[in-house]
Amino acid sequence: MIKEKQLSDMKQAIVQGNKEKAEKLARQAIDENLDLIDVIENGFVPGIQKAGDLWEKGEYFLPELISSAECMKAVMVLLQPELKKKKLTAKSQGKVIIGTIEGDIHDIGKNLVSSMLSANGFDVIDLGADVKLQNFIKTAQQEKADLICVSSLLTTTMIKQKTLVELLKSKNLYRQFKVLVGGAPVNKKWAEDIGAHGYAENAMSATKLAKTLTQK
Amino acid sequence: MIKALRPQYKPLSEPLLKKILAESYELLEKYGVFVENKEAKKLLKQAGAQINEKENRVFIKQELVEKALSTSPSTVELYDRSGEQKYKVGGDNIHFDPGSAAVTVLDHKSKSQRKATTKDLVQFAKITDKLDNIDFQSTGIISSDVPEIIGDSYRLYIGLQYSEKPVVTGTFRVEGFKPMFDMLVAVRGSENNLRQKPLAIFDACPSPPLKWSNLTAQSLIDSARAGIPSELISMGMTGATSPVTLAGTLVQHTAENLSGLVICQLASKGSPVIFGGSPSSFDMRKGTTPMGAIETMMIDAAYAQIGKHLNLPTHAYMGLSDSKLNDNQAGLESGIGAVLAALAGINVISGPGMMDFESCQSLEKLVVDNEICGMAKRLIRGISQRDEPLALDLFKDITPETQFLSKPNTRKWYRQEHIFPDVIDRDTYDEWAGKGNKSISDRAADKIEEILKQPVSLIDSDIQKELKKVMLSDAKNNGLSTLPKVGSL
Repeated sequence: MIKEKQLSDMKQAIVQGNKEKAEKLARQAIDENLDLIDVIENGFVPGIQKAGDLWEKGEYFLPELISSAECMKAVMVLLQPELKKKKLTAKSQGKVIIGTIEGDIHDIGKNLVSSMLSANGFDVIDLGADVKLQNFIKTAQQEKADLICVSSLLTTTMIKQKTLVELLKSKNLYRQFKVLVGGAPVNKKWAEDIGAHGYAENAMSATKLAKTLTQK
Repeated sequence: MIKALRPQYKPLSEPLLKKILAESYELLEKYGVFVENKEAKKLLKQAGAQINEKENRVFIKQELVEKALSTSPSTVELYDRSGEQKYKVGGDNIHFDPGSAAVTVLDHKSKSQRKATTKDLVQFAKITDKLDNIDFQSTGIISSDVPEIIGDSYRLYIGLQYSEKPVVTGTFRVEGFKPMFDMLVAVRGSENNLRQKPLAIFDACPSPPLKWSNLTAQSLIDSARAGIPSELISMGMTGATSPVTLAGTLVQHTAENLSGLVICQLASKGSPVIFGGSPSSFDMRKGTTPMGAIETMMIDAAYAQIGKHLNLPTHAYMGLSDSKLNDNQAGLESGIGAVLAALAGINVISGPGMMDFESCQSLEKLVVDNEICGMAKRLIRGISQRDEPLALDLFKDITPETQFLSKPNTRKWYRQEHIFPDVIDRDTYDEWAGKGNKSISDRAADKIEEILKQPVSLIDSDIQKELKKVMLSDAKNNGLSTLPKVGSL
């Protein structure tokens, strides 16, 4: 039986972005042979949700939000192998392939989205920056992904988001994967024009959008 | 006669400046920079730099940087298209050019952004050409009616035809240098003439933190060998792609720029380099890069101070705004930026017309900013002694009825002591209302119409043919068989 105090400490550690403490609590949970699904869903996840709420309220800025997300990721790195051993799986929100498009090496925005998605229970495969269009598609097929998230900072590379959607259509894969686009020059209208399934202006709204899209 | 005091803004104390510089030397030596260009790595290796090939990481010793600094010219000369007007980019001389490179333009009527087309590029060049306080043109708008891949050469092609002013530009691809260089040579008549009278500055942006990509390093090398000034545009975002403290970002900024300067000097000793940048205070709530933030401007003025200390010409993106409209925010951010840049004595100030985080150009804002630039220029001319005595003689026959309007002294000096704005409102209320209660951007729009009716400073038709030939060949190589029609504008 997990004590309320333990769960609230877990939540608190994530909210505060205290990696050391969160990892310690995760290790403790493993040592004490606690129900790890319970630990994740009622301990750590409420923490990242709270951090998200605080960000939306304007109390948390990016450094706090990202350290909470990084903290969550660190906890999952410890807990995943244990879950595997016990043949358990934490509830996944869906599988996401993410990357900055070919020709573009700017990846800070993409990294923020990637962190937030994985902190919020998505199974994220981050292909990094300057990712070839074919690579997005190939990986999505191999991994049976739900979403493909494509970022571009430059207007010169933004156009390739359109090419990606066209490629998916030509390969008859457009209905199989949902495409989310983002990046400084990208906006909602652009996403609609090129036939992407969604556009998000920041890491939090990307997470929300990803959740609604995968629930459909 | 007592000369005017040049007002100055220097944000760094001497000890802090020296500390920043010392740490940036140490950064280059100890942690190095990433260089993804083969030729640049080869040059650095030959010069004795340690290289970790696997990581593309180059460790540069202070002596190598100092040697490069000793061959970098302190002043860069630019000439306009005709080759007659000369600009000295150095010392405390200031020059304004429109911010670059926008992907949208602000439509005055609908007050919303839209994609730019050739027509916008042409109008932008024509207007820049006629604005007195804008010294250089910039290839500041990317046209959506040509393929992105030739976006770099195409904007230069248009700019050279419709404005006489020297150009601030840059490449988007390694292959972009050749056609752009050929166009500049076409204007000057020969490579040597271009070297003698540079017509354009090429911007090259390292990727923060501490990386020279293949493209940007190649631009440095190609420009250095052609005698084209390279403007080093480091652009750390505080707390995101560079340290969060202003001084910390300055360490990275200085190291990035100095490593670029080393590449230039190794490619060609004595090649012109401008110590510039486009750093920003990263907004931790929005994840955006406000150019109108006061901290952005402080970083700009500070690295310019470092550049001056190193005896280099300087550049910054100042006098721009993050506003989406020509509103109070646009005016206040641009005004503060342009004034601080002038006070900091920055040689190339890129900003006018630019808004929305360097992504949108507004022609109306450009016209308004021209006035801001005029004010900034007046400010730094300062207050000097014009007469001996200063004023005493004017009071010789003083009576309570004395007025100064009709005095020859007034007539002699008023146009030199005072500047007269164009679109800034100084009407009485009734006069203003009588003209239709117009805002400054409405008046700027009227002014644009007026400017566009004026004759263009025409380019020699043989040169124009040559430019077209170069552009068409570049376009054809990239799958475009005809160029968009400029038509009647």
